[in-house]
Amino acid sequence: MALVYPTDSNKIHPARPFPDYRSTVKRSPSRPLVIVPHTLSELTGPVYGQDTVRAGDSDLTQQHKAEPIGERIIVHGHVRDEDGRGVADSLVEIWQANACGRYIHVVDQHPAPIDPNFTGAGRAVTDRDGYYKFITVKPGAYPWGNHTNAWRPAHIHFSVFGHAFLSRLVTQMYFPGDPLFPFDPIFNSVTDAKARARMVSSFDLDNTVPNWALCYRFDIVLRGREQTPMEN
Amino acid sequence: MSGLTPSQTVGPFFAFGLTPNRNYAWVDTFSNNLVTPDAAGERIRIEGRVTDADGAPINDAMIEIWQADAQGRYAHPRDSRALPNAAFKGFGRAGTDADGVYAFDTIKPGPVPGPDGAPQAPHVLLAFYSRGLLTHLYTRIYFADEAANGRDPILALVPADRRRTLAAKREERGDLTVYRFDISFQPESETVFFDV
Repeated sequence: MALVYPTDSNKIHPARPFPDYRSTVKRSPSRPLVIVPHTLSELTGPVYGQDTVRAGDSDLTQQHKAEPIGERIIVHGHVRDEDGRGVADSLVEIWQANACGRYIHVVDQHPAPIDPNFTGAGRAVTDRDGYYKFITVKPGAYPWGNHTNAWRPAHIHFSVFGHAFLSRLVTQMYFPGDPLFPFDPIFNSVTDAKARARMVSSFDLDNTVPNWALCYRFDIVLRGREQTPMEN
Repeated sequence: MSGLTPSQTVGPFFAFGLTPNRNYAWVDTFSNNLVTPDAAGERIRIEGRVTDADGAPINDAMIEIWQADAQGRYAHPRDSRALPNAAFKGFGRAGTDADGVYAFDTIKPGPVPGPDGAPQAPHVLLAFYSRGLLTHLYTRIYFADEAANGRDPILALVPADRRRTLAAKREERGDLTVYRFDISFQPESETVFFDV
């Protein structure tokens, strides 16, 4: 399977800088990126990492002595390429705030409680169909200093590996219907509405477990597709 | 054809999930030491400092590198020349410290095939992520003391006055060989990044 990685697909990604998100201004290139062809260096990439993944790593509610406070949820979905084929053995890493909107990270000083039973880090490896599943608690919204009364919509950070170093993706998964969407410059840095919607998970009643946990589906599409004769 | 899932910033709080580095109770998936017992080749450290447009250190960046082994082979199915049992994987991940400094212990890669079959000069691919960066950036680390740089087909596409930003400088520090590769967003020394 010799995949290609059309650069046109990248147009949906946020611009650098995106001044509404203030920190981007001093952390973005000021000169144009240099366009280069894809060589063996770009077309290969790490296809491992599974060896460090342990069975319990995908259940963020079972990493401490007791269960964390908050709304238990299931987050699952498929990692696919641009042709819709599942990406097998893909390493998916997540990190998130706790139910109160507080990260365990030492830099987070939001005056909301730390939950001693919640770290907020998880990892999973996709199966042969590209399917992954996490059990966690729904993260809370939290304030940040970008502008007056700025709040991040609830989100889970995702880091995903595909077939090549070029398909590497770091993104954030959001929850449907969040009232903070119109006010968040990070979410709105994706200017195409359809592309933005692809960062929002969907409520999944069919896989919601009665008397136990709501389920959200988050499918991820990474760069890579078969070369077709139509391509120039 | 499906549209891609858009990129979002890695944010300021990734360390406990992606680079816990013994500061958090979580096992690292990847480390900044790529050296495996069977890895042939010259052992080197790649080290650098990351600075923003004002020259201030970026202390919450994440850097990932991807490279070939000393023979120029990638540990990937697409590289049919790869040795199936080689333990050297060629991928590393590091966060920057309070001074914006990162480091990788690795081996110097060999030359790899270029677009037309002609060899590329030895290089390491680098992906850069940080708070304030919504879509990660790609660049390449070349080695300043490599004569092959002058014939490299990718470097040839970089404006001549900016190529130096991609050339890691060699220094000997006791027994250690260090290649210095700073990443800068300052206008006068801005690192070249690639649209790939």
